[in-house]
Amino acid sequence: MADPILRVEGLNKSFGGVVATQNLDFEVEQGEIHAVIGPNGAGKTTFVAQLSGMLKPDSGRIVFDGDDVTELSAPARSHAGLARSFQITSVFRNFTALQNVALSIQAHSGHSFRMWKPAATDAALNDPALDILKQVGLGNRAGIVAANLAHGEQRQLEIAMALATRPKMLLLDEPTAGMGPEDTQRITEFLAGLKGTYSMLLIEHDMDTVFALADRITVLVYGQAIATGTPVEIRANDEVRAAYLGEEEVDIA
Amino acid sequence: MLTRTKLIVLIAGIVICALVPPVAGATGEDFYISLFARIMVFAIAAVSLDLILGFGGMISFGHAAYLGLGAYAVGILSFYGINDGFLQFFVAIAGSALVALIIGAICLRTRGIYFIMITLALTQMLYFLGISLDEYGGDDGLNTDRSEFFAWFDLYEEVNLYYLILVFLILCVFIMHRVINSRFGMVVRGCHANEDRMQAIGFPTFRYKLTAFVISGTMCGIAGALLANLTEFVTPEFMHWFRSGEIMIMVLVGGMGSLFGPAFGAAIYLLFEEWVPDLMEAVATGTGENWHFIFGPLLVILVLFAKQGLWGLVPDRGRRDG
Repeated sequence: MADPILRVEGLNKSFGGVVATQNLDFEVEQGEIHAVIGPNGAGKTTFVAQLSGMLKPDSGRIVFDGDDVTELSAPARSHAGLARSFQITSVFRNFTALQNVALSIQAHSGHSFRMWKPAATDAALNDPALDILKQVGLGNRAGIVAANLAHGEQRQLEIAMALATRPKMLLLDEPTAGMGPEDTQRITEFLAGLKGTYSMLLIEHDMDTVFALADRITVLVYGQAIATGTPVEIRANDEVRAAYLGEEEVDIA
Repeated sequence: MLTRTKLIVLIAGIVICALVPPVAGATGEDFYISLFARIMVFAIAAVSLDLILGFGGMISFGHAAYLGLGAYAVGILSFYGINDGFLQFFVAIAGSALVALIIGAICLRTRGIYFIMITLALTQMLYFLGISLDEYGGDDGLNTDRSEFFAWFDLYEEVNLYYLILVFLILCVFIMHRVINSRFGMVVRGCHANEDRMQAIGFPTFRYKLTAFVISGTMCGIAGALLANLTEFVTPEFMHWFRSGEIMIMVLVGGMGSLFGPAFGAAIYLLFEEWVPDLMEAVATGTGENWHFIFGPLLVILVLFAKQGLWGLVPDRGRRDG
């Protein structure tokens, strides 16, 4: 079997007395969708922030695509092929959808100390950006300022910006956050279509989405992985039921 | 990116500036030549600040430092009898670029209120350095000759200096217009909107912000060199934090992040400073020096109700969605 694309060893992170990540070991295989679920405050977003380089872990190692990236900055990890989407929509609200994606393209098209040619009419940025917008279903919304897009569209744009960095792996932090059932269904189908092309770490609250997409699931509680397994295994795991799923009105059968 | 109405306002502004000398000369109001020259100098300073303040979201409270540096480059060289304009402006540009690089490299490691305070503190250090330089007049300042560029182009002819400043203003605004719409400009604006996101999509943001900081400081250094020529005098007052605040107010009045607005903001601030005290004196003797008393509330109203400044109030015809 090929080496995993992402391997996390003994990751620890605490804020003062609060332990956000505790001795976490974690792997994502090539082409796999590995979901991370857990109750609020389980440390999911903190985990993603450490993977994307926005937070430095207190200890532990992150190996991506065969290289130790633990000490790399967020932009350097983006260039290594690790792309992150955000739980709280963080598209550039004053820019058009096209400009948002074009900026991602630009970040991966050499340096940006080009100060004279207008970026807005730069076909080298706009053409690939439009292709990606079409791919996520926003092809006819390219000229709309991001702030004026519907919430679901902003979430799609969020993913488009991650895809535009030509990543090897996607870190998706709740791609369906705040979405209605229809939009959630659409994003789920879209992500299913990307399966195999990109390895994915999927943080998600919507259990239908998780069980529809994930090859494996890791359950995080208080920063610790209490179980990892296939969806079938996780459904059957008593500890998981007790710690997370059991008491809530979540239909996992 | 400019709508037609705004383009008309912009062209009108340039035409008015260009017509001031002949009209003022014909009517014998020569005073307006130096007033508008001063407006244009501060317009350059305000436009330069807008790059980092309005577009980059870096609230630098120390922009007067570069105004002073540019002015002292001219003043100190002139003090030693070196009046060659090319050399003076080269030193003004290189000096303010270097200092902006150092100040920026320190300050840009911080964000928010810390950034404001540290830019303020470092600028005040330069101010007190100016005061302590007894050799160059210290507190009292330093008289300076005007720069000499070409034998046929005598800056002691007020009109020549005036048009030199106008050319610099147009150049600076044009350069800034290109810069903010370039790839580099998109990065600077993106950092303002969401720096974490910029890093997540792969931009090492620090180097771009620092470059913008240096460009901004350098352009303000040019304004300083022009100011020294205009006043034939340099003083640490050019670097006082109050001056930084004035430049910031010009940007706010004109409209942050509008590029052209701050140039008009400079005009409005300086015309207000010129005319309103006279009006107040006419109403009640001895009140003129308190013109800030009127300006302050107007500024508050403007900031509250017209967040995009006066430039934002110029109607947009045919504006696209958003």
